[in-house]
Amino acid sequence: MMKQELMTIMEHSTVAKDTYMLVIQGESVAPPIDPGQFVHVLVSRDFFLRRPLSIADVNFANGTLTLLYKELGKGTQALSLKQVGETLDVLGPGGQGFPVESLNIEKALLVGGGIGVPPLYYLAKQLTDKGVAVESVLGFQTKEDVFYEEHFRALGEVRVMTNDGSRGDKGFVTDGLPEGEEAFDMYFSCGPAVMLKAVSDQLASYPGYISIEERMGCGIGACFACVVPADSGKGYKKICRDGPVFRPEEVIL
Amino acid sequence: MNTLAVKLPGLDLKNPVMPASGCFGFGREYSEFYQLSELGAIMIKAATVEQRYGNPTPRVAETASGMLNAIGLQNPGVDQIVGEELPFLNQYDVPIVANVAGSTVEDYAQVTEKLTASNRVSALELNISCPNVKEGGVQFGTDPDLAYNVTQITKQHTHLPVYVKLSPNVTDITAMARAVEAAGADGLSMINTLTGMKMDLHKREPLIANQTGGLSGPAIKPVAIRMIHEVYRSVKIPIIGMGGIESTEDILEFMLAGASAVAVGSANFKNPYICPQLIKELPATLHEHGWSSVHEVIGGAHRENNQSSVSRA
Repeated sequence: MMKQELMTIMEHSTVAKDTYMLVIQGESVAPPIDPGQFVHVLVSRDFFLRRPLSIADVNFANGTLTLLYKELGKGTQALSLKQVGETLDVLGPGGQGFPVESLNIEKALLVGGGIGVPPLYYLAKQLTDKGVAVESVLGFQTKEDVFYEEHFRALGEVRVMTNDGSRGDKGFVTDGLPEGEEAFDMYFSCGPAVMLKAVSDQLASYPGYISIEERMGCGIGACFACVVPADSGKGYKKICRDGPVFRPEEVIL
Repeated sequence: MNTLAVKLPGLDLKNPVMPASGCFGFGREYSEFYQLSELGAIMIKAATVEQRYGNPTPRVAETASGMLNAIGLQNPGVDQIVGEELPFLNQYDVPIVANVAGSTVEDYAQVTEKLTASNRVSALELNISCPNVKEGGVQFGTDPDLAYNVTQITKQHTHLPVYVKLSPNVTDITAMARAVEAAGADGLSMINTLTGMKMDLHKREPLIANQTGGLSGPAIKPVAIRMIHEVYRSVKIPIIGMGGIESTEDILEFMLAGASAVAVGSANFKNPYICPQLIKELPATLHEHGWSSVHEVIGGAHRENNQSSVSRA
């Protein structure tokens, strides 16, 4: 159930180049919140559209959400200037997340690219809580962009890939995927569409879930702005309402 | 006299505020936020004969004080709207204005017949102003003769009142308004979006996949008010005003210019509760400015003596 709330900024810090961690507190932080869900943030009255930001972590005891975002334009730039103690107009949580509850798996592979990494952290925590072994492949452009590597390492094996090889291994996430039978039972991926397509093509023999990003309007499913072509070749799925998490076979990337 | 109630052809409005077509889907999502029966009416998303899948993405972009959209009339088709969406909406005590779109005059006639036969809508809104589809839509809305023709044929296929939604992308909006009034339109809704474009500097091409999109939001509010002001003087049929409304003061500006009721569009995206909030705040704003009902405001800017209470609603 989505709610609109003025949430309070508890922490706001830099975690990598142009990348920030924002911890916000409010009454709407109550179960259930699934990994892969997002909040739709109104940075200030100066902006006409909200920004969808994926939930990177949840602390129900403290009533906080952790968001990790990258400064990519005027909206996120203005957001980066917000101070601890200020409030933020938040609508959420929205969308369908990764169905952790219903999974019956032993080993999970998480594949994240850039600012697609954040929702996988909350997912990794939920999976390990459930007793699922987690291995992560995290891709970034360069070493300055890498964030949360140690957070993921605390939950399982991690392989970092950078485009220029300045940290971890050189290459794309698709160059770092584990090989061999029974390396994992299911994969979970979030990142740009081209990466999701490459990952889901390469891992076509495995079941998996992908989380898609797109510019959104209302963020609740009413305006038909953020859509992805459906597998049938006819029609679209709404990313904000039917997703952002889909089975790769449900959509055409 | 009731403070907020307005009576228009086919529409007994308990208040003059309704969500605009295309910004509210078929109400399901917003029904999770508040009781839809609080609304004056609901203008539902456009219906076409067949299901439409709409345009490629990106379909929206933020602009200064507004946004561009090029959804492309995505909708499940009139049969599914009649079969599934209207029965859902009918559980609420709120008049439904169904938006009719098409590529040909025959399309408009067919959608009109099916919506009329459903007995579940109070009025029709004729969409001759969508800027985001290649055929139909705005071509009917920029040529007075074509607008006359499609309005007349629609009227021949329904007993419901027909509100024609006008495009601002014309040189003389009053010529369009007079043409559809002469063809039998019962009212006007105005304005639809203004055609615009935004560039993506990284890709060096238009950001919206459709290239052009419709500009909405506060950026177009002065254009809407000016056009309503012009049209109010040119025709006798009532006007439902829209274009960037975000506050109760905006509503009163539209009404002074000549709108009998208003629709709230893309502001719903920023604040899902905006319609019930405006409805709740409207009586206080009216009183603050010395009015006791919306009837005293409608067309007020056209009267020599502002105390007059003559209005067409």
